[in-house]
Amino acid sequence: MITEALVLSAFLFVIGTLGVLVRRNAIIMFLCIELQLNAVNLSFVAFSRLHGMDGQIFVFFVMTVAAAEAAVGLAIIISIFRHYKTVDVGNFKLLRW
Amino acid sequence: MELDFSRQLHFFWALLPEIILCTFGMVVLVAGVSGKYKDADKAPSGDPSFGTTADLGWLSLIGVLIAAGANGWLYGVKEVGQDSMIALDHFRLFANWIFLLAAALTILISFAYVYRQRLQAGEFFALILFATAGAMFMAGARDLIVIFLGLEVMSIAVYALTAFNRRDRKSAEAGLKYFLLGAFATGFFLYGIALTYGATGSTNVAVIATSVSSGAATAGLLTIAIALLVIGFSFKVSAVPFHMWTPDVYEGAPAPVTAFMSATVKAAAFIAFARVFLVAFNDSYTTWFPILWWLAAITMVSANLIALVQTNVKRMLAYSSIAHGGYLLLALTAANPTATAGMLFYLLVYTLMNIGAFAIVISVAHQAEERQYIDDYTGFGWTNPALGVFLTIFLLSLAGFPGTGGFMGKIYLLQGAAESELWWLMVILVLTTVASYWYYLRVAWLMWMKNPTSDGQHDLVITPFPMRLALVVCVGLIVYTGIFPGAALEFARASVQGLGAFGGGIVGLAP
Repeated sequence: MITEALVLSAFLFVIGTLGVLVRRNAIIMFLCIELQLNAVNLSFVAFSRLHGMDGQIFVFFVMTVAAAEAAVGLAIIISIFRHYKTVDVGNFKLLRW
Repeated sequence: MELDFSRQLHFFWALLPEIILCTFGMVVLVAGVSGKYKDADKAPSGDPSFGTTADLGWLSLIGVLIAAGANGWLYGVKEVGQDSMIALDHFRLFANWIFLLAAALTILISFAYVYRQRLQAGEFFALILFATAGAMFMAGARDLIVIFLGLEVMSIAVYALTAFNRRDRKSAEAGLKYFLLGAFATGFFLYGIALTYGATGSTNVAVIATSVSSGAATAGLLTIAIALLVIGFSFKVSAVPFHMWTPDVYEGAPAPVTAFMSATVKAAAFIAFARVFLVAFNDSYTTWFPILWWLAAITMVSANLIALVQTNVKRMLAYSSIAHGGYLLLALTAANPTATAGMLFYLLVYTLMNIGAFAIVISVAHQAEERQYIDDYTGFGWTNPALGVFLTIFLLSLAGFPGTGGFMGKIYLLQGAAESELWWLMVILVLTTVASYWYYLRVAWLMWMKNPTSDGQHDLVITPFPMRLALVVCVGLIVYTGIFPGAALEFARASVQGLGAFGGGIVGLAP
């Protein structure tokens, strides 16, 4: 049971990673990062079956941090949208990537 | 006073400096939107006293000084055992001095910038204080989850600071890049924590160390966890090949924020890096040694080579900061007490010389983002002799010239590496340092050996009193640590005592 959950979690994490690397829309990239964090949450919950409650408590910390990150991240995306009228990172060429 | 963490109240005492900083951050934040302070946007430009910006700046500085007092007070406090969630060892307290120094210097150099750019002073200084508190949480954490929380408190504040200048496209773009790549790295870091927890059954650094040394930890999971944590930390310390965000973000962010970021974020990441790898994963030294060896080598070589061709000063300093990250990775690879003390010493000196250099970049750029090219420095030395001499000292120290703190720092890093017999890395450090002379000294050469391209080219350079104060502190301490390094080094050596075991005794491991 734990192995299956860990494999699923690794799979989701890889999807998230590939998403960030392949997609060019800032909001989709951010969604993929959230997917990574939630994949990690799944691992924490799976491991907590082995090691006790701690893992489940960490999930709440991760969720809180992800919420704070979303607030700041979306604000930054809005601020850049006001300048460029787009959120496609391919269009931001003032600084060389 | 003795603290055991079975009593909740003792967490309060152990975190006193952080709590003071957060309290002052909130006070500054509220003050910034109340009464006469909320109209800072409409203040007339050209006011030499910087209006309400100065009040909020001095208030934040008082907060930093009180937190420094609390940090000094913690030297008299002992902890029971070495496995509590919050560390009270001298390693943490030394790191706190570096962060508080960086915060104080950043506040001092940003007065005129914040005023001229019409930024919201309350929010700006509050975010600096919050980011510093986050860095201090990272240094004081003996639990991976607390390190994660500290990392995020610091990073989220710095994301906001990077994108702070909303009128500037570059700032928004840099903010987006930093945010996306920083959050991406956080994912790897967190996955590393989850797998460490799975392999060892705990996130406490002391418990992980016991589990790893007794062989109870699942070997396969642990190896993957170490690799993921290395990736997460490498993003934060901007080691090549995880450095691609650094030059763009350093160029686009408001200059005082760049100074703060290059000093505090890097130092905090290195301190947490050291605690996790030297204490928790000490007995897996053979696993992570080759990874860090290659990271250090690649970082030193490529960052110094790319820096050679930069024309923008902020970009050049960004590559220089990546290169200094490579030198510090050498100390982590060596993993012995001498090298770790050398790392602390180097972080202190690096903070001083880097913030000092950025302070002058801000001055030359007219407290804005105007003149950032190396050519803009032609003849600068003769028109502004004091600033010219100061910048020359900072550049010589960054390059590692004898008589400056940067030189002594490199000597101690080499000494630590020699104890672990990392001969090749030492050769690379010396060779890349020689190469780095070119791009540091090119600026000095333009400043002193050429005439200004036009009359009055440097007429508008202003250095207000707070910035002069910061510059004098930086230059004074760099020259002092360069000529009399003994006191600071002894202090760093004493701070490393009791950190934990060091695996660097295993020599002759070169890949």
